Amino acid sequence: MAGPMKMRATLAGGNTAAVHTEIRVLMTHPMTTAQMKEGLHHIQNVVVKQNGKVVVEAEISQAVSRNPVFSFRLKGGAKGDKIEVSWLDNKGESNKIETAVA
Amino acid sequence: MNDIRRTFLAAVGLLLLKPLAALAAWNQEAFGAKSAADALKGLGSANPAPSKDIVIEAPQIAENGAVVPIEISSNIPGTTSIAVLIEKNPFPLTGKFEFKEGALPFVKLNVKMGETSDVRVVAMAGGKSFAATREIKVTIGGCGG
Repeated sequence: MAGPMKMRATLAGGNTAAVHTEIRVLMTHPMTTAQMKEGLHHIQNVVVKQNGKVVVEAEISQAVSRNPVFSFRLKGGAKGDKIEVSWLDNKGESNKIETAVA
Repeated sequence: MNDIRRTFLAAVGLLLLKPLAALAAWNQEAFGAKSAADALKGLGSANPAPSKDIVIEAPQIAENGAVVPIEISSNIPGTTSIAVLIEKNPFPLTGKFEFKEGALPFVKLNVKMGETSDVRVVAMAGGKSFAATREIKVTIGGCGG
């Protein structure tokens, strides 16, 4: 069953590369395909928000691995920015997590 | 009286349903396609032009097809979305990522691959589509379970 999420958001770059926000998020989800005995059960939508504004909108299929891990990058950013990631699966289950950029 | 009440409830219902429907956007045509070409048609990205500005970082050989890490970034100015297609999977389209103002056209994800296959990445920029392809060899498939 769908379980907890984990997320880290940090500022990266600086000296050589442009400063950006690096987001790494883990979702606990079986991500089963139609061929598996458990039947089709997978996350369909993932939304990333920065301070309440949508920055990434994704649609994903059953071919994403079990307990999906995604990395995203945002331009610039500052410590304390609120990052929220939410998902919705094909059975209507959903979850979300919010963290401040460290 | 009842009519007014019904109209009111219908209006409230519509207001409540609209954001939910927007959140649950799911391109069944593209994700249900059994070939990469049909999936691209469903996305409105048929016949993308080859591009060297899409960078795909992935192992040449994946020992475990259940978890294949793929990192993608686009250096094409104005990239608004990136789609990932695994050509030989039963349903090639694996993900579509839309980048709004403030996001960099970058994503890293883990995917399942049934067998050795070309992985095609299609980026949209300025209404045009561009593609890059990379072969990943799989020694143990990851679609059985």
